[in-house]
Amino acid sequence: MTHATELGQARPTGPGRGLSMAGTVLPLAGLGLLALVPLGAPGLQLLVNLALAKGLAVAGVSVLLRAGQVSFGHALYFAVAAYAGAFLMTALPGADLALVLLAGLLGAIVAGVCVGLFVVRYRGIFFGMLNLAFSMIFWSFLEKFYHITGGADGIRLPRPTVLGMTLDRASFELVLFYLTLVLVLSLGWATIRWLASPAGQIFQTLKTNETRLEYLGVSPRRALLWGYLVSAALCGIGGALMGVTQGVVTPEYAWWIRSGEMVFIAVLGGAGSVRGAFVGALIYELVRTYASAYAGDVWQMLLGAFLLVIILFAPRGVIGMIETLAHRGEGRK
Amino acid sequence: MTAPLLETRNLVIRFGGVIAANDVSLSITAGRNLAIIGPNGAGKTTFLNICTGWIKPSAGQVLFEGEDVTPLPPRRIVQKGVARAFQIPQLFTEHTALENLLIAVAARDRLRNPFMNLHRIPERDEMMHLLEMVKCADAAHRPVVELPEGQRKLVDIAVALALRPRLLLMDEPTSGVASSEKHRIMEILVEALAERKVTSVFVEHDMGIVERHAEEVAVWNAGNVQLRGTPREILDHPDVIRDVIGEAV
Repeated sequence: MTHATELGQARPTGPGRGLSMAGTVLPLAGLGLLALVPLGAPGLQLLVNLALAKGLAVAGVSVLLRAGQVSFGHALYFAVAAYAGAFLMTALPGADLALVLLAGLLGAIVAGVCVGLFVVRYRGIFFGMLNLAFSMIFWSFLEKFYHITGGADGIRLPRPTVLGMTLDRASFELVLFYLTLVLVLSLGWATIRWLASPAGQIFQTLKTNETRLEYLGVSPRRALLWGYLVSAALCGIGGALMGVTQGVVTPEYAWWIRSGEMVFIAVLGGAGSVRGAFVGALIYELVRTYASAYAGDVWQMLLGAFLLVIILFAPRGVIGMIETLAHRGEGRK
Repeated sequence: MTAPLLETRNLVIRFGGVIAANDVSLSITAGRNLAIIGPNGAGKTTFLNICTGWIKPSAGQVLFEGEDVTPLPPRRIVQKGVARAFQIPQLFTEHTALENLLIAVAARDRLRNPFMNLHRIPERDEMMHLLEMVKCADAAHRPVVELPEGQRKLVDIAVALALRPRLLLMDEPTSGVASSEKHRIMEILVEALAERKVTSVFVEHDMGIVERHAEEVAVWNAGNVQLRGTPREILDHPDVIRDVIGEAV
């Protein structure tokens, strides 16, 4: 498999056994460093929180890439979940954070079933563009149905309670930061495990041979639908977290540029890599924030040039470069 | 008389002006192995495609264990116990040979545990043994895309066997395999099929393979069964010598 580290991590034999540098130690060390951000670099806390929330959504896009499918409309689930949380907060002011996230997740899964049942019949460019079409229909709904969605102004989210406690802004942001880290760790781990499981492996065979899959007694459409739902759920959790973190949700959440950005980050981090999704999201947000501050209007050009370099010289993305370096380091020991 | 495992009744299919199956009625008894021979374009592969639901006939029926499976998609027919190995191997090229077999087991047993690693499937050793049986143990941990064509063919057959079918349909099982290995592989295969009580049908162009390894032979011509008999009866028949083997009578 292309993503040997992520499949090999739980293998009973082979190089992935035990605590491998690239598979386990580096990601845990990275998360450990991020956990210190509120203490060591509080100015970066919000930025990292938003990047990781976006990283969860990108992980959803990466899951689909493992089956050889690119979605240009996954911002749909990002937005559906964010708005589901916002609607809940509007109906039940002071609702708990867990309830808001759960509403977002359920919203994304329901939307995933409705859209997924239709789009899994298509592949390649048709799959990608149909997803885009659905996300733009939802964007239009958000823009035009002002009395329900607040139109272009969106919906402001009051601060939810946390386990029944009302927290001040700083405490809430701190709780949200660590909750995001825990979700990144647990959902990232669960996604990697699922991809290495029989069901996850069957899902990934869609990339290479649907004829054989059919002749193994498996419905390729059903296999894709399960992966699609995993993908929608990840995007949904990311969107709900983003909405709560920003305190406002707008139609821009469903805008096509948001979907394109997710694909961009997925390729930057390492197409199809779950770890790469988070690494890519962190790099993207840091570059976007600081390049736009220091390089004015040319930051997109810088980011585009960086992506070109990645595609040409490191097709496995930033995570591929990190893993290669880590394996070399292990080889020298 | 025992009921046939697979039976086709009056199958008809046309591709434009070409009749690929012309009122084909054929029955295959459980436990036997049948070779299908015939000139190129006679409709041999089309017959396998119809039997496995890939192509729907214009008329006629396919019955597996007495049940009409004509309208079913391939996956439903596979679930009933029919497996297929292809002329051009159909494998998951980014996965290793062993992973291809493990995925087949996962599909067969409908494994759903989202946290069980594919390599921890209890049948892993059994699948390694299957790869050893088809002389592909050295390819177990190599991505299929790196394997030579002959080895891919054998892995393709192993994948079909991993499904534990009652009927195995093979399209030129030894094409692409080194000629020095062909008979040895077929011997192993026929023995393994007999041991597992798997009925088999294989399309073959190599008459040496047919003569040595088939129990029964059906000759296909112009979309229908022209002759059927033992290998000796068929290979000595003047029509077969003229139309299929291509030697002067």
